[in-house]
Amino acid sequence: MKLHRITAIVFRHLYLYRRSLPRIMEIFYWPFLDLVIWGFITLYLARYQTQVPGFVTFFLGALILWDVLFRSQQGITISFLEELWSRNLMNLFASPLKPSEFLAATMIMSIFKVVCVSLVMGVCAWLFYDYSILIIGLWLLPFVLNLVVTGWVIGVFTTSLIMRFGQEAEVLAWSMVFLFQPISCVFYPMDVLPVWLKPVAWANPAAHVFEGMRGVLSQSGQPVEHLGWAVGLNILLLTAMIAWFHRTFAYCRNQGLLVRVGE
Amino acid sequence: MASPVLEVRNLTKTFGDFTAVNGISFALQPGEILGVLGPNGAGKTTTMHMLLGLITPTSGTISMFGMDLETHREAILQQVNFSSTYMSMPQSLTVEENLWVVARLYGLPDVQRKIDDIVKKLEMGEFRQKVTRKLSSGQMTRLTLAKAFLTEPKILFLDEPTASLDPDIAHKIRALLKDEQRASGLSVLYTSHNMREMEEMSDRIIFLQKGNLVAEGTAAQIVSRFGQTDLEDVFLKLARES
Repeated sequence: MKLHRITAIVFRHLYLYRRSLPRIMEIFYWPFLDLVIWGFITLYLARYQTQVPGFVTFFLGALILWDVLFRSQQGITISFLEELWSRNLMNLFASPLKPSEFLAATMIMSIFKVVCVSLVMGVCAWLFYDYSILIIGLWLLPFVLNLVVTGWVIGVFTTSLIMRFGQEAEVLAWSMVFLFQPISCVFYPMDVLPVWLKPVAWANPAAHVFEGMRGVLSQSGQPVEHLGWAVGLNILLLTAMIAWFHRTFAYCRNQGLLVRVGE
Repeated sequence: MASPVLEVRNLTKTFGDFTAVNGISFALQPGEILGVLGPNGAGKTTTMHMLLGLITPTSGTISMFGMDLETHREAILQQVNFSSTYMSMPQSLTVEENLWVVARLYGLPDVQRKIDDIVKKLEMGEFRQKVTRKLSSGQMTRLTLAKAFLTEPKILFLDEPTASLDPDIAHKIRALLKDEQRASGLSVLYTSHNMREMEEMSDRIIFLQKGNLVAEGTAAQIVSRFGQTDLEDVFLKLARES
C-alpha cells in the first residue's frame, strides 16, 4: 500500500465538501433531525422512568451510537457512489491505485464522517436534553471503535453489491444498514427477540456493542464478554468482506463492468 | 531494433458468446505513434481497456516494458496514462483540484510546477480555477489530456483525443504530441475517426474489424494493400463489409 495514493483519494473526497452544501448537510442535517425526533420521544417516555429505569440514557445513547455505525457504513458506500456518479472509476483503476488502497481511503473518509456526526450529536444532546454520551465512560471508546468497524463490514458488503450490479443497486447504500438494525438490538435487549432470531443477532457485532452498552449503563451486564465477541466477529467479518470485495472486483474486471458501471 | 515498450500476443476477449477481440497481436516501439483504426464495434475500446488493466483478457498476454500486465500492474500503470473524449473527471472539483488529485495518485514530485507547465501548454489558464462541471466539452477534453500528460507517461493511450476540439486547439494538441514524442521518446497508441489526422500522426496503423486485426503497416502500405486511394476509402470499404 502506498500512502500517497490513499491520501489522493481522501483529498479528492474532502475537496467535495469545500463547496457542496448538500454534502455538508448530509453530515449534519439527518443526525440533527434524528436527535430532535428521538429526543422528544425519549422525553415523553421518560415520564414512565419508574417502570423502565434509565430510559433517556438508553435511548439517546443508543441513537448516537447507531448513527456512528450508520455514518461509518455511509463513509465507504457513498465514497464509492461519488466515483460512480462522476464516472471516475476508470481514471482510478487505470492508475496504479490498488483496490485495497481505495478501500483504505474510504475507511478514512468514514472516520471523518463519524467524527463530524458524533460531535454534532454529542453537543446537541448535551445542549437540548442535558444528556452526555460520556456517561458510558471509558467503555465508550471500544464500543465506538467496534461500531465503526461493523459499519465498514456493512459498507464493504454494500459497495461490492453496487459494483457488481451497478447504479440500479445504489439504493442499498441507504437501505442495507437498516436490514441490520432489527438484529443489532439498538433500542431493546437481545432478550426480546424470538428464539430463532437470537443466534442471528448473536453473530452481529453491533448487537454485542449495544448489549454491552446497556450492561454498562444498568451496571448489570458483562461488557467485557460482549466486547470480546464484538471484536472477534468484527475481525472475522471484515476479513471476509474485504476478501469478497477483491473477488467482486476481479469478477467486474473480467466482465468489463468497471468501465460500464455508472453509464 | 529496440525492444517494444508494449507487446500484445494473441489477445482475446469474449463476453459470453460474443467475441469482442479475437487473438490480436501487435507491438508498440519506443517513440512510436501507433494508430488503431476500425469501425464502431471493431474492438478498439475493449483492447484499450485491456491494455489499461480495466478488463481482464480471456486469453493472450500483454506486456509493457518487458513486464506482464497481470503480474506487474502497479509498476506498469505508474508509467502509462490515457485520455478519451468520452471519459469524465470528478465534476465538483475544480480543474486544478483534479490535477492535484492525479498528481498525488501517481506520487509526482514538484507538483505545482508540473501543473503550471501543463496548464500553459494546453492553454488552460483561463479555466484552471473553474469547477469541472462548468467546462465546455473542448475544455473537458483538454483537462483529460492534461491529466494524461501530467504524469509524464512513457506510453499514452489516446481514444479520439481531438474529437471535440476546435481545429486550432486540435492542431496544437497534435503538435504537442509530436513534440513529446521527439523530446521524451513518448510512445502513443492512438484511435481516431479522423483519417487525415491518422495519416498525419501515425508512424504505423493497425486496422481492426469485428475483433480481428485485418491490416498492419504505414498508412501508404494499408492504402496500397486494399487498392484504394486514401485511408478514408479503406475505412469505408472495411466498415461496409463488417
